[in-house]
Amino acid sequence: MITGTVFKYGDNVDTDVIIPARYLNAPSPEELASHCMEDIDADFVHEVKPGDIMVAGANFGCGSSREHAPIAIRASGVSCVIAASFARIFYRNAINIGFPILECPEAAEKIAKGDKVSVDFDTGVITDETTGERFHAAAFPAFINRIIESGGLLPYLKARQDG
Amino acid sequence: MGMTMTQKILAAHAGLDSVKAGDLIEAKLDIVLGNDVTTPVAIGVFDSIGFTKVFDKDKIAIVLDHYTPCKDIKSAQLCAAARAFAKRFDITHFYDVGCVGIEHALLPEQGIVGPGDCIIGADSHTCTYGALGAFSTGVGSTDMAAGMAMGENWFKVPSAIKVTLKGELPPYVSGKDVILHLIGLIGVDGALYKSLEFTGEGVASLSMDDRFTIANMAIEAGGKNGIFPVDEKTLEYVTGRFKRPVKVYEADPDAEYEQEVVIDLGTLKPTVSLPHLPSNTKTVDEVKGLPIDQVVIGSCTNGRISDLRIAADILKGRHVAEGVRCIVIPATQEVYLQCLREGLAEVFISAGCALSTPTCGPCLGGHMGVMSEGERAVATTNRNFVGRMGHVKSEVILASPAVAAASAVAGCVASPLDL
Repeated sequence: MITGTVFKYGDNVDTDVIIPARYLNAPSPEELASHCMEDIDADFVHEVKPGDIMVAGANFGCGSSREHAPIAIRASGVSCVIAASFARIFYRNAINIGFPILECPEAAEKIAKGDKVSVDFDTGVITDETTGERFHAAAFPAFINRIIESGGLLPYLKARQDG
Repeated sequence: MGMTMTQKILAAHAGLDSVKAGDLIEAKLDIVLGNDVTTPVAIGVFDSIGFTKVFDKDKIAIVLDHYTPCKDIKSAQLCAAARAFAKRFDITHFYDVGCVGIEHALLPEQGIVGPGDCIIGADSHTCTYGALGAFSTGVGSTDMAAGMAMGENWFKVPSAIKVTLKGELPPYVSGKDVILHLIGLIGVDGALYKSLEFTGEGVASLSMDDRFTIANMAIEAGGKNGIFPVDEKTLEYVTGRFKRPVKVYEADPDAEYEQEVVIDLGTLKPTVSLPHLPSNTKTVDEVKGLPIDQVVIGSCTNGRISDLRIAADILKGRHVAEGVRCIVIPATQEVYLQCLREGLAEVFISAGCALSTPTCGPCLGGHMGVMSEGERAVATTNRNFVGRMGHVKSEVILASPAVAAASAVAGCVASPLDL
């Protein structure tokens, strides 16, 4: 269970605004995080606290395949992203690095910026503590759950190779 | 129930007789690709997990194309890491400055990818190779690391949108106009998680370069991949380049599609995408006259020889408008040489264009044409997101090479039909 304050964004948040290409040569997650979201929300990096939650509309993470995008969001302290839908490469990348994402159009619509929200990953229940509303995120297929439980794609594959 | 072309290729690579949309499968990979931005991250993952060998040194391609020739020390460090990895595992298809081209023009040209292949690349425009009748999709760096180590990866079998093409393109209308028109119709998430299966009698009239451009931007509609049937033009293109056996897959007549879009090529007009989404499409006639500061002709979308021929055809005997910077970037060394041999290089330079060595550079605001606050470009690239080509308050209008060249001459968004 995690609880955090919400940063809210609209539809089609692309990976170029999550982490602009001019910073892709940065060597560390921390340096990437220092520029996260700056082209659409210059305040984000100054206001985000560990555990906070990002909530967005449809097609979150569209565009470039840069894995730097979920890496930057995670390194900024954000504990999970809730969106109406995710662009498929971002979806894969988040699962592959073991970063929690939840698909829930209703939560994405109703949760407001600044709300206090808690997420139970075991049940997929998202609770807006500010309004009292509860939402249910779509469950992952069992195969994807096994990747997440292993800590990401590579630990999953390595365990299988060694096993 | 029948299968789409994409589903057939995935089934064959998963060792299954059939698959259906939504199935989670593990498929063998024919090529795993990375570039100078994504490969170093993949190497970090590969090493941290303790892998000590790659699955097949002949089936990995590492192409240093984004920030090369290196724009700064940090980029040089990334390239050095990728170079060392390529040397460590004796990677066959390693391309560095001097032989490098933009990956999605280079791999087909060099015959590294071909019909029937199953390909992943740590670059979103890896979907380009669908033009050859391959399943090819963009992934992240962890997927690339997994692919390099294991030679396989997991996929969710996509459902499909059938895009039926009819008729033939009018003069100065190209594959770029087809794909911008389609993205305008279905939106930037219109094909989310799905394959775009191009078909119909109109396919035959499209050049391979047009097909590459169309498949290249399937991702801009959210698509997992875009794919074309294999025909005589495909086979002619791969002959003499592609050394592995050609495998031709065809969609079953009863394959299931979630949606069908019909496009009459003959009715299309030169089309542009206004800032800040590829789906903000207008015909050039609706927006011509918008002042511009820069034109970029190149990229994995439109840096091939036929793109540069049409641009040179328009620029020949004319000059880039005062106050406009026109940057022309052949996508590969072979395309560059061809430009020299055909006299296109002289046309570009005489017209006042900057002619660059192959690089992704300006497309992603990396280098070689980054814009300042308030500037606007017409570019043959693929994305016009906020800040994509530089300052957060700069703008990119996506267009074909013909429209870009005409705009360079006019000094504003212009139609080649008006020159």
